[in-house]
Amino acid sequence: MQIFDIFLLEAVLNGILFGGVLALLALGLNLIFGVIDVVWICYAELMMLGMYCVFFLHKVHGLPLVAAFGAAVVLVAFLGVLLHVLVIRPVLNSEPINQLLVTGGVLTFLQAAATLAFGIDFRNLGVSMPSLAVGEISLPWSRISAALTALVAMTALYVFLKKTYLGTAIRAISQDRAIMPLMGVSPSRIYLLTSAIGGALAGLGACLLVLQYDVHPAIGLTFGPLTFMVCVLGGLGNMLGGFIAAFIFAQLIAVGGFYFHLEWGYVMAFGFFIIMMFARPQGILGAK
Amino acid sequence: MLNVQALTKKFGGFTAVSSISFDLAEGEILGLIGPNGSGKSTTFNLIAGLYAPTAGSIRFQGREIGGLSATQVCHAGIGRTFQIPRPFRKLSVIENVTLAAYYGQAGRVSEAEARRQAADALDLIGLPHARGEGIDGLGAAALKKLEMARALATQPRLLLADESLGGLDEAEMEQAADMLRMIRRERNITIIWVEHIMGVLMRVVDRVIVLDHGEIISAGLPAEVAADPKVIEVYLGSDAAEVQEHARGRDDGARR
Repeated sequence: MQIFDIFLLEAVLNGILFGGVLALLALGLNLIFGVIDVVWICYAELMMLGMYCVFFLHKVHGLPLVAAFGAAVVLVAFLGVLLHVLVIRPVLNSEPINQLLVTGGVLTFLQAAATLAFGIDFRNLGVSMPSLAVGEISLPWSRISAALTALVAMTALYVFLKKTYLGTAIRAISQDRAIMPLMGVSPSRIYLLTSAIGGALAGLGACLLVLQYDVHPAIGLTFGPLTFMVCVLGGLGNMLGGFIAAFIFAQLIAVGGFYFHLEWGYVMAFGFFIIMMFARPQGILGAK
Repeated sequence: MLNVQALTKKFGGFTAVSSISFDLAEGEILGLIGPNGSGKSTTFNLIAGLYAPTAGSIRFQGREIGGLSATQVCHAGIGRTFQIPRPFRKLSVIENVTLAAYYGQAGRVSEAEARRQAADALDLIGLPHARGEGIDGLGAAALKKLEMARALATQPRLLLADESLGGLDEAEMEQAADMLRMIRRERNITIIWVEHIMGVLMRVVDRVIVLDHGEIISAGLPAEVAADPKVIEVYLGSDAAEVQEHARGRDDGARR
């Protein structure tokens, strides 16, 4: 009985660590939606490109890992801006379904392009980090450092949004985008900045995930739906809601996986999501 | 200060504003009135840069501003309030106004200066802000004040005030009218005021322009306009006698 409880505790702790990373991913998507009112369905595909960036720079070209991480964050931030200028801006005033379809198109495009460019091989960064052993519980440092980094990044973003004027403008525009120009704020500049921040968060997510998962062109299909569902569960655009939902989701996956089978964890999490969509379609902290 | 020439705005086949022209002198308070759908709000939106004119020109302080973006117009020195106040509900009172002070001016403003200007604007219109009050507890009159403070914080030379009396009780209306006069007196800001509540408006404004179906049907001193048969027919109706009384009984506080 004793050993059983310890494994359960380990699953819970792993869930918390995974929840931290999931919360970071959801934060980027929520920020974009909250401010620009568009869902980047291809969010996880930007992350996939960031993962490839780290892989090639570090593993193939021998750049120090930290430099590769920095490059990935900058690259995906730039891709976020590019996505906004080339794809989002032209459909900014279109029907939401068109916006979904066009970013969905980018998802398929990026996946196919990555397959063409990099092949379908699963590539591993090959960085092995030791585990932290406390008694009989063992937690990989890759997960601990990922969760801690996510926490630091989320705190930094929170402080930026709360304490700086630029952050205040971003929060304001997410509440009423039509009135901002009358305060002298150009929405298009705020959108560019937000796209860069959202991209940078996806890039950071890429760095954290590439330590734990192999990169391949379809990796986005693992994390994209998960991130999107976390956002919807929390109330799309609601950053705090997304944060809470990420930990609920991660616990369902981790503990569900512990009691039954890993795949069952996902089944339970998605089942919970479907039930919640009936019970509380606006999300945990959604307004309407 | 403001020179509007043959200003026209069409939406598809519908002409919302049809070749209107008027001038505005510095320090004036101009009333812009007319029935619903007469083109008052469209005129405001054209001046504020929310719409681009179909034809005609808008010159402000000698510079053409027709077709500039709302951000550029704001930086040029024109502020606008809305009939229904639209504060950022998740920001505090002072944050709402500081944001306008920080971003709403042409030159770079330091954060400390923006905070000071925001506090000045709130003090001027008399809305408490020292303890970082939120928006939620504010009533209709306070929200109107916040809307006004936010426009003032951008340091405008011209203020477009959209139905500043709507939703207020009689005492609050008098306060709001006093506020407009006080803003002109203290800040030397020129004002165009769109309003449906004629009695109060006629006592405050220096001049009135009446729009109907996008055209100017009458313009002049309040007493002249209130007595104009065309204005009585399309707009004032049975209220004409009372409005004329207000227009005649203008308190001299209205004029500087």
